[in-house]
Amino acid sequence: MADSGGTDEHDKKDDVERSKSEGKELTKEEKQRLRKEKKQQKKHKEKKDDKASQESGKENKSASSAAAAPQLPTQTVKAPSAVPAPAPVFVPASSEAPASADKPTKTKAELKAERRARQEAERASKQGKKGDPGQQAASGKLKAPPSELQPVVKRLPEHIQVDNPEVLKKLAKKLERQQTPVHGATIKIPLRSDYGYKVSLFSHLHQYSRKAPLTQQLSIPSTVIHPAVVRLGLQYSQGIVAGSNARSVALLHAFKQVIRDYTTPPNEELSRDLVNKLKPYISFLNQCRPLSASMGNAIKFVKKEISNIPTQCKEEEAKSKILNCIEWYINDKIILAAKAIAASAIEKISDEDVILVYGCSSLVNHILFEAFEKRRKFRVIVVDSRPRLEGREALRRLVQRGISCTYVLISAVSYILPEVSKVFLGAHALLANGYVMSRVGTSQIALVAKAFNVPVLVCCETYKFCERVQTDSFVSNELDDPDDLIVTRKGKTHLENWQEVPSLGLLNLVYDVTPPDFVDLVITELGMIPCTSVPVVLRVKNVDQ
Amino acid sequence: MELQAVLMAAGGGSRMTDLIYNTPKPLLPVGNKPLMWYPLNLLERVGFEEVIVITTKEVQKMMSSDPKMKLDVKMKLDVVCIQEDGDMGTADALRHIQQKIKSDVLVVSCDLITDVALHEVVDLFRAHNATLAMLMSKAHEFTETVPGQKGKKKTAEQRDFVGVDPSGKRLLFMANEADLEDGLSIRKSIIKKHPRMHIKTGLVDAHLYCLKKEVVDFLAENKSISSIRGELVPYLVRKQFSKTANRQKMKDESEDQTQKKNDDSTNQELLIASRDESLLQLAQERSCWNDHHGDMSEAYHGGKLRCYVHILDQGLCYRVNTLAAYIEANRLAPKLFEEPAVHPSAVISEKCQMGSDSMIGALCQIADKTSIKRSTIGNSTTVKEKVKVTNSIVMHGVTIEEG
Repeated sequence: MADSGGTDEHDKKDDVERSKSEGKELTKEEKQRLRKEKKQQKKHKEKKDDKASQESGKENKSASSAAAAPQLPTQTVKAPSAVPAPAPVFVPASSEAPASADKPTKTKAELKAERRARQEAERASKQGKKGDPGQQAASGKLKAPPSELQPVVKRLPEHIQVDNPEVLKKLAKKLERQQTPVHGATIKIPLRSDYGYKVSLFSHLHQYSRKAPLTQQLSIPSTVIHPAVVRLGLQYSQGIVAGSNARSVALLHAFKQVIRDYTTPPNEELSRDLVNKLKPYISFLNQCRPLSASMGNAIKFVKKEISNIPTQCKEEEAKSKILNCIEWYINDKIILAAKAIAASAIEKISDEDVILVYGCSSLVNHILFEAFEKRRKFRVIVVDSRPRLEGREALRRLVQRGISCTYVLISAVSYILPEVSKVFLGAHALLANGYVMSRVGTSQIALVAKAFNVPVLVCCETYKFCERVQTDSFVSNELDDPDDLIVTRKGKTHLENWQEVPSLGLLNLVYDVTPPDFVDLVITELGMIPCTSVPVVLRVKNVDQ
Repeated sequence: MELQAVLMAAGGGSRMTDLIYNTPKPLLPVGNKPLMWYPLNLLERVGFEEVIVITTKEVQKMMSSDPKMKLDVKMKLDVVCIQEDGDMGTADALRHIQQKIKSDVLVVSCDLITDVALHEVVDLFRAHNATLAMLMSKAHEFTETVPGQKGKKKTAEQRDFVGVDPSGKRLLFMANEADLEDGLSIRKSIIKKHPRMHIKTGLVDAHLYCLKKEVVDFLAENKSISSIRGELVPYLVRKQFSKTANRQKMKDESEDQTQKKNDDSTNQELLIASRDESLLQLAQERSCWNDHHGDMSEAYHGGKLRCYVHILDQGLCYRVNTLAAYIEANRLAPKLFEEPAVHPSAVISEKCQMGSDSMIGALCQIADKTSIKRSTIGNSTTVKEKVKVTNSIVMHGVTIEEG
């Protein structure tokens, strides 16, 4: 296969040189021939790519076309370096991509079916052979440049690849292996199984059902996992503790209890053993509900503190030190940060302002309470969205304080925006490229606000800053229970048997990302910064630590 | 340790005196296993390793000689004996073992046969930080006719009125008809907080309770409460909505001195003292969750005492405390476990007719020309020829002669 590709290129090169000698334009027949050869090349390359990224069992056309679409651009990226031929060849190459896409879908499906059959056969044969270094060396320049490119083509981290059965098996094994040899007991964290049909674009994410909690598979007087952690996991999965600040505080509270009840086993060091003890708890919590960026940073901090404990420290002293550190973290990064942010944000609120908020963000609520205390005159418009309807809680808290509020659903946002003077949004995390990750619907509000030229201010503490980079909401997200979308009115539920309809999928996304172009200002405890300064803050934080 | 299991096996069996004649209630054979075995098996399957069994000396003696208990029950049984004569109620028994209780308690009665997924009840207890979580089940009509009873006796006096909130989980009201004189009265504070309440009467209390440790301490102080079911549970359910329960700063109560003295004991349980109360409070404040909508109060209406109930719709749940229940349980208990209806060591001759609903115990000898339909035959019984056994429960070691 590699050889045929080589000969194709050889022919192409001859053609190109001939065409160059004959004149700049290639004749029609030659163009067609070139096209055919390019297609063949692509077929071979796609086979290889298909093997690399194993597609899920449920093959919809949309899935395959969606998968094919990102692949075709990568192929056009690979092709130029793979074939060190002059530029004109690549104009037909790039025009190939849309041309093949324009072809009738029937033949495309047939081709794909053939390709997949061939891919299966080759995968089976490849498993017989051990490694491809021999082949790679033989194919020479075709393969070598792509392998150079491999480190550039970033693969999804394994914990996200849910549609890959091998990765799932590895994950299950990893959960089993997370053991601490305490009296020979092994801590086995059960694997929570996915529920329902997942929309193919999000098949790499987990989708759990609230009615199947992880505690089903644990023993009831939980000896394996500390009861505080089990309680926390339950509260996460049932949504009793929701909101990134609340989750972090509850997590640190549970860790404090764990540390208090911890005793160092003989012949072990506290600094190493305690970190190992926390690992299975963290994977348990991750199974209950995927960890948020703020929780991740809090865990990093706690682990760092624990490993920095000097070895000669006595157990009681070490434990109290760690507990004090956790107290300090909460106080500094959450409570004081909220006060600082409120102080700077209040400067931005003037009298007769109409402020729009979305959902229930604890920080934004705090700012509005403080502003009201300082006797600013403003009114608030609370925008809410299904299925969570968190805005009701925000509405309740604001009205309880005496702030005059209006309540709309997100579908009415463009109707109400002409009245609004400012938009305050909370964030779940701020990514390193300046994108804001927040509750689904936030980017929509930011977009509409931008269209109406209304300033958008995002309030976020620095401990939620995350080194991840994301430009779309598909790559990394959270799928909530799809049954939440079902509505029962007057006893009738139309979507009751949605699982039985084969072409129906329910998608309940939790987060989305807002590009920095729509955000005018980010208010943090370090000051008011533009969205693009987030990597600077991260760098400064890393230097500090 | 998260939960300690306590099995109440000292009950008298006041409603099935005929059966209690020879064997005490916890050891009555149901499906050829002692009655006690079923709740113990439930606890063992779920993962408990130790159980505190409260029982009488007689039962303890018989337990140690029973082969089934020794072989099948792998948990460590810590048997505590109390006087037989005693008017000791279940709460009195808990008070008795207060020293042993070091964490939250799961109280089970010995006459409970169920296949409920226990994590449902315990999850309510954990997730909402509840003071009480209990299990109830929809009552099934007994299909078996009870010998000696003509017609169906409606035990109207025994009805329980249970009020739950629309989600079906929070327990708002609990009273027995015997305690209500002329009508059902519900306090305005309850209606204000929970405007929609479903009142159910056809529920069977499974007598499975998860209680916080503070409740046991409270019982130790309050010696007037003697039964969990009859007095403690209604008391806790009422206390959810009492004024003292909802006042934030209880230490500043200088107004009602006398009330304070009475409520001193309740303060203990209501002040769910945890060293990090402030952190939990902070987490709850920052969380955007509320258990109800439509009024201005925070989650749980700010109440610290919460009672939850899990109502079982489908599945087996029986309390074997009447004759009818005993018969019903015998019919259905074998279906709980996939054990063969006929014990392998039983010797059954070929000409015997056996229905599918029957169970034959170990070491039985069943002779020719017998027909056994819908019956349970105990261990080591001998059934001679030409015998028809229908709709009966035959105990262990019985010999049925010819004809």
